[in-house]
Amino acid sequence: MREVAVIGCGMTKFGELWKKSLRDIFVEAALKAIDDAGVDHIESMYVGSMTPGLFVGQEHIGALMADYLGVAPIPAVRVESACCSGGMALRLGFFEIASGYSDLVLVGGVEKMTDGADVTYALASAADQDYEVYHGITFPGLYAMIAKAHMHHYGTTRKQLAAVSVKNHYNGSFNPNAQFPKEVTIDQVINATLVADPLTVLDSSPVSDGAACAILVSMDLAKKLNKPVIKILGSGAATDALALHTREDITTLKAVKDSAESAYKMAGIKPSDVSFAEVHDCFSIAEICIIEELGFVKKGQGGPFTEKGNTSLEGKIPVNPSGGLKSKGHPVGATGIAQVVEVVEQLKGNAGKRQVKNAKIGLAQNMGGSGASSVTHIFQI
Amino acid sequence: MPSPGYRREMPQRYRLEAAKCKKCGKVSFPPRLVCSGCGSREFDKTKLSDNGKIVTYTTIRVAPAQFTTQVPYSIAIVEVDNGVRITTQVVDCKPEDLEIGKKVKLVFRKLYSEGHTGIICYGYKAILI
Ligand SMILES: [Zn+2]
Repeated sequence: MREVAVIGCGMTKFGELWKKSLRDIFVEAALKAIDDAGVDHIESMYVGSMTPGLFVGQEHIGALMADYLGVAPIPAVRVESACCSGGMALRLGFFEIASGYSDLVLVGGVEKMTDGADVTYALASAADQDYEVYHGITFPGLYAMIAKAHMHHYGTTRKQLAAVSVKNHYNGSFNPNAQFPKEVTIDQVINATLVADPLTVLDSSPVSDGAACAILVSMDLAKKLNKPVIKILGSGAATDALALHTREDITTLKAVKDSAESAYKMAGIKPSDVSFAEVHDCFSIAEICIIEELGFVKKGQGGPFTEKGNTSLEGKIPVNPSGGLKSKGHPVGATGIAQVVEVVEQLKGNAGKRQVKNAKIGLAQNMGGSGASSVTHIFQI
Repeated sequence: MPSPGYRREMPQRYRLEAAKCKKCGKVSFPPRLVCSGCGSREFDKTKLSDNGKIVTYTTIRVAPAQFTTQVPYSIAIVEVDNGVRITTQVVDCKPEDLEIGKKVKLVFRKLYSEGHTGIICYGYKAILI
């Protein structure tokens, strides 16, 4: 396999972008990435999006985006793996270049969630329709059941869950692209409106519009372009049972663990080599489970580890310096690529007040549904 | 849930029909074509026990459109006696009555009415015992 690098990135602000359409926000992010990379063409394109069909009634967006970006007739395809559609788009672009087939590929993600669709219903389509959703479960409900089990088995506290949101909102307060760039307190999180017990609205990532794109090139081409080169050291993906109740252990996100292990193996590194990570904190409990699966802390210890500040900007392993899905926003298909945008900013040392010190190796972990699919990438400057 | 799909799932929803692997004995609910335990493709028809215990639970306060009239309602992952787990509502009790490990029994109930046609969708729910 050939070496692959990221040489340009771009994203829209995340939030309720009522004045912009699905195609507008994607093209805006794509143009930013193309301009950032300083390239005059792309050879193919992968567009991650979870369910534009349910959110705005539009499918077939690979071709649509190629048309509106003015790059048709290049091959372009939409990639779907629920909330990790973006991360999977990156993985496909990575392999297209690694294989030697292409030298210059755009990978992106987009979602338009605030146009009036039943968002709870649309998101629930990532769970088992016949045996979970039929009985009235929702995504907050699934993660709430993971939280209850984690609290029961490991003694994780309500306050420890809240500490994830407090930390991510603090980081996000320095991110100009964040949907909610403001701090929250432990009490605010705990006393906010309940969505699914014990999770409140401030344990949950928001409903957002947004897009993010990255330009991938072969290392040979990267060297000619005379730009800072961020190398992709490893890519790992995995799946698990779609229905949460079918999994062996409710508190273990096995696909996350498996995807991370393959990425570490390809990169030839161990968890302690990672300088910082962007992870899929769709709910506060998710970040606690993920840092355990990524090997940053022992299983069951994610709560106290977070509460003690180990994952803060100055901590042992900063997690979600961007503000994460919680503060930055979570336009589901865009999230996996927005993580890459942050990793690249951090590795280049351009992250301003939220800059992680000595950022050499960054990890991005993106997952779908209640953890039935996960993709992990490792980057190095 | 379109009606043909609803009809198709009736053996599971009405009668808790499951498939038991002829090779390793693992029970799959709903039935599968390939055993998730050993990869075998041969099964015997079986029925889930209607007794179980709560593995984890929550109370849903923001629901999809077809359930909005029912909020708040409690949902649990229930492990039935033969080791299979299912997701189901727990009814005829208050949210604060639920606990991990509590015993439940599966009963046949209405779940919701389907869209504009108003077809009533039935299935299993759990009650505390
Ligand atoms: Zn078997």
